[in-house]
Amino acid sequence: MRALRVTAAIGRNTFTELVRQKVFFFLLIFALLVIGNSAFMAKLSFQEQFQMLKDISLGAMSVFSSLLAILATAGFLPKDMEDRTIYTILAKPVPRWLYLLGKLTGIIALLAVAVLLMSGLFLGVLWLKESVVLAETRAQFEGAPVEELARAVKEVTDATFQANLVPGIAVIFLKAALLAALTLFISTFATSSIFTILMAAAVYFIGHLQATARDYWLAGLDPDWWLRLLAAAVALVFPDLQAFNLTDDIIAGTAVPLMLFVETALLGFLYTAVYFALAALVFSGREL
Amino acid sequence: MKKRLVAAFVLLVLAGAALLPLQLLAARSAEKAHFRKTDIDIGLRERIGQSGFLAALSGFRSPLAAILWIEAHTAWENTEWGRMAGIFQTVTTLQPRSLMYWDMASWHMAWNAAVAAMQNEKQPSEALRIKARREYEELGRHFLERGIANNPDRYQLYLQMGVLQRDRLENHCAAAEAFLKASEFPDAPPYAARFAGYEMAKCPGREREAYDHLRRLYEQGESQRLPSLINLLREMENKLDIPEVDRVESAAFPPARER
Repeated sequence: MRALRVTAAIGRNTFTELVRQKVFFFLLIFALLVIGNSAFMAKLSFQEQFQMLKDISLGAMSVFSSLLAILATAGFLPKDMEDRTIYTILAKPVPRWLYLLGKLTGIIALLAVAVLLMSGLFLGVLWLKESVVLAETRAQFEGAPVEELARAVKEVTDATFQANLVPGIAVIFLKAALLAALTLFISTFATSSIFTILMAAAVYFIGHLQATARDYWLAGLDPDWWLRLLAAAVALVFPDLQAFNLTDDIIAGTAVPLMLFVETALLGFLYTAVYFALAALVFSGREL
Repeated sequence: MKKRLVAAFVLLVLAGAALLPLQLLAARSAEKAHFRKTDIDIGLRERIGQSGFLAALSGFRSPLAAILWIEAHTAWENTEWGRMAGIFQTVTTLQPRSLMYWDMASWHMAWNAAVAAMQNEKQPSEALRIKARREYEELGRHFLERGIANNPDRYQLYLQMGVLQRDRLENHCAAAEAFLKASEFPDAPPYAARFAGYEMAKCPGREREAYDHLRRLYEQGESQRLPSLINLLREMENKLDIPEVDRVESAAFPPARER
């Protein structure tokens, strides 16, 4: 119970600290992207407009949440050491792992709020755009048989909001949480925040190729043992970030089966837990 | 610290091994649900450049495809058909599950580019204009074929293939096949089956089959009994010499608009 209270207190403090650093200003750029994109695309057909809006918005959500996860996490440990806040906290009966858990909780809460705000903005613009197109469609089909109007309306609504967008957005959040835990692990042995950011960015890129290395290794077709070993190392050390890229296909209209979503969510949760556990292990032996 | 760091890396490798079955399970489920079908290869790398390739590898296929699509739209405004075709190849490779990209790419090539080729005043030879038109039409068909190969679980591109074969290539037998395949999907619009029948009726040697198909639709009830279907049925009854007792009723049908 006490552990929960301590985690919540540190988490709340981390969240407030990050909000005070005006991290949510990135939402202005996101809003510009989403609204600007929808205004700029007026020349395209409505299917194209909706597709572009979803492509750009979900892509931007993925970029911003990943960046926020890496940058917010990379900075806190060096900053707390510089400010000496870490010593004040750890001088109290607060285990080091609890301090890290509190920090991670605060960052994940910030990511959740950021993803929710971006989703709200995106869905709001999508809804507005849909209302405009629906009004235009109804005016164009005035006097046409009800069946034809219904078919046209269905075409518009099918191209806009799909329930599949929800698991897609949830997976964007999970990926960001995973990246936060991963950056936390790197920051426990890093010497500076620049090192942490660079390492996390490198892992981000390699993580997207992990599935290719894994399949190559498991196929076992290469005669060179050292190439197989290299592929195995990539497959075992790096997370499979490609597994979290469901939105590319969701936008294209592919439905997400429940099983796939559950497996991806479980993978995200387990990766986050593993990186946190490793961060706690390394941090417990670090000289402060 | 160093010992803990080494222990952490050993544990990281062990955790990677422990998570391997779940990774494979998720990858299999994704493949089964038609996710991640993009073929990211050296050909794509050459077309989109290094930074684009990096973006595609980092999970930003869809925004990259959107940006390229806007580029294609600009090319369309400048009637740069060759450039458009190249961009369409890239966009459809990046997003092979997006029906809109296949559909629009095919439409632009088979209709807009083909018509523009025929109206090309810079080409005095009519034979070469026709050749160019056919090439664009074929390109449009090729886009739909690849789109269908990537989306065999959806009816929309079969339907577009039917329209292309019927209206552009005037291959009624191929159009009938495409409409028929579209109509086999449970969520396909009811007109797909009717269109299959209409085209089958124009396909030499398949008249009887067309009649049976249209008759089955007629038996389904009022929703399929449209004037064009009934007129065609009557026409075929005369042509196939169907006995009077087996013919459709000659009652008056309410006027309806056929798509």
